[in-house]
Amino acid sequence: MIISIASGKGGTGKTTVATNLAVSLGSDVQILDCDVEEPNSHLFIQPTIEDVKTITTPVPEVDMKKCNLCGKCGEICQFKAIVVIGETVLPFHELCHSCGGCMEVCPEKAITETGRELGIIERGHRNGLEFVHGKLRVGEAMSPPLIRKVREYARPGTLTIIDAPPGTSCPVIASMKGADFVLLVTEPTPFGLHDLKLAVGAVRILGILCGLVINRSDMGDDQVKKYAEEEDIPVLMEIPFDRRIAEAYSRGEMIVEVMPEWKERFSELYHRIEKIAG
Amino acid sequence: MKEIVIISGKGGTGKTSIIAAFASLAKNKVLCDADVDAADLHLIMYPDVKERHDFESGHTAIIDQGKCTQCGLCRELCRWNAISEDFVVDPIECEGCGVCYYFCPEEAIDFPLNTCGEWYLSETRFGPMAHARLGIAQENSGKLVSLIRQEGKKLAEEKKLDLVLTDGPPGIGCPVIASLGGATAVLIVTEPTVSGRHDMERVAELAAFFKIPSMVCVNKFDLNPSEGEAIEAFAKERNITVMGRVPFDPAFTKAMVQGKTIVEFDGRSKGCEAVKNIWEDLAQGLEI
Repeated sequence: MIISIASGKGGTGKTTVATNLAVSLGSDVQILDCDVEEPNSHLFIQPTIEDVKTITTPVPEVDMKKCNLCGKCGEICQFKAIVVIGETVLPFHELCHSCGGCMEVCPEKAITETGRELGIIERGHRNGLEFVHGKLRVGEAMSPPLIRKVREYARPGTLTIIDAPPGTSCPVIASMKGADFVLLVTEPTPFGLHDLKLAVGAVRILGILCGLVINRSDMGDDQVKKYAEEEDIPVLMEIPFDRRIAEAYSRGEMIVEVMPEWKERFSELYHRIEKIAG
Repeated sequence: MKEIVIISGKGGTGKTSIIAAFASLAKNKVLCDADVDAADLHLIMYPDVKERHDFESGHTAIIDQGKCTQCGLCRELCRWNAISEDFVVDPIECEGCGVCYYFCPEEAIDFPLNTCGEWYLSETRFGPMAHARLGIAQENSGKLVSLIRQEGKKLAEEKKLDLVLTDGPPGIGCPVIASLGGATAVLIVTEPTVSGRHDMERVAELAAFFKIPSMVCVNKFDLNPSEGEAIEAFAKERNITVMGRVPFDPAFTKAMVQGKTIVEFDGRSKGCEAVKNIWEDLAQGLEI
């Protein structure tokens, strides 16, 4: 089963829920941190990293000895990533979406592909828990291709927990699509509710079942609960504001480490999800 | 004209609450919400929308089943596996590259322009505001960020205002890169947690990569003073101006619940005092 943990608004506790859930469930569990722009799960899981891979995406390279400057490559490219200027062809690698169109259309077979570095993927373990995350290269704009590479590490038959990025656009979609369940972590504030509605919209476009975790549940107002009731979205867990939790988080410690009684509650959360999605 | 962009790396560190407070304090400015993915500033500003425009960007392939002979060339060429066995394009997977459209021997594929959001020019109690809404599950957020920042600057020129305050997105990817180009300076709002520090270091590296002068302020500083000090030490090492500390103050959440800035909600709260000091230093430092 794949459970994707998302939120809309940032900083609501996605990583807290993902990491605590993962370590509460014992072995045969993997956590994939798909927030490749700002991955944080490793700060809490503290895995032993076993391998590191550089991930690239194909981009065009032009052999000017073969090129006859016909301009077809520039014509097909939707992203202005290759242009004929005077007597030469300029590929702009950072704009390229790796569709391969220019290579395919070139009548002279003058275009081959080389790689642009998207970032790295690190894989490791903490006890029985498998850990994988992607780290986008600073300066790289496109995160979805790296997210898709991280998701290739999902093993069928295993419980896969995905820590998704904030927002509701393409990186989030890439982190939720194909999941069996989306767990939305929110806070009961106007910002939390507004962005939750957007996230629910995205989950519904994808047609995935979802449930809620309300974090700092005693800090704002009751509008999130009202909304959940109206929309028939189950509230699966509430985490009250507790300075001990906030301080432990600030040091990179998980709730279940400082308050072991929470382990039971996270297992319970999983059983509720299993009942809905299983 | 000057533009200050507020970013954070990590989400939820308080960017929007702090820029809302600045809106209360700054004079002669335009507000710009460039967090187009999950825009929240309007929940405090209550903008009175004066102009509404569609945001059109990118294309999606559609196969005309009447013309399609199921030759399979499009499926072979599509690198996104966006075309199903029965030749229907999944608009979510479609990258908009147009390769299938270009090569289809039957000309059975249409490739229309997408409407993927809306943008607005508005009036608020603190002055004009440019903001946008990216459609759910849409692409091209970077382009919408660039557009809304341009519109913010145009508004400022028209109204003869010399400052744009821009609320940026979290992360370090395409929308953040789009929010940096040409900015006078960025203010990184972070929090004293291992995540806050990790993410702030990455976004600071990004700002340095694009040669944008950076400032940092640590929100909720007293939650973990030693983490907060580590962030400030990192900043000093990288020539990032340390703008001071904001204490943990529930008044920020209470103000948000009432749809107010913290300055309006409680001008004497410790959170408000801290943000005021930061704004005064920032305005002086940048000669605003």
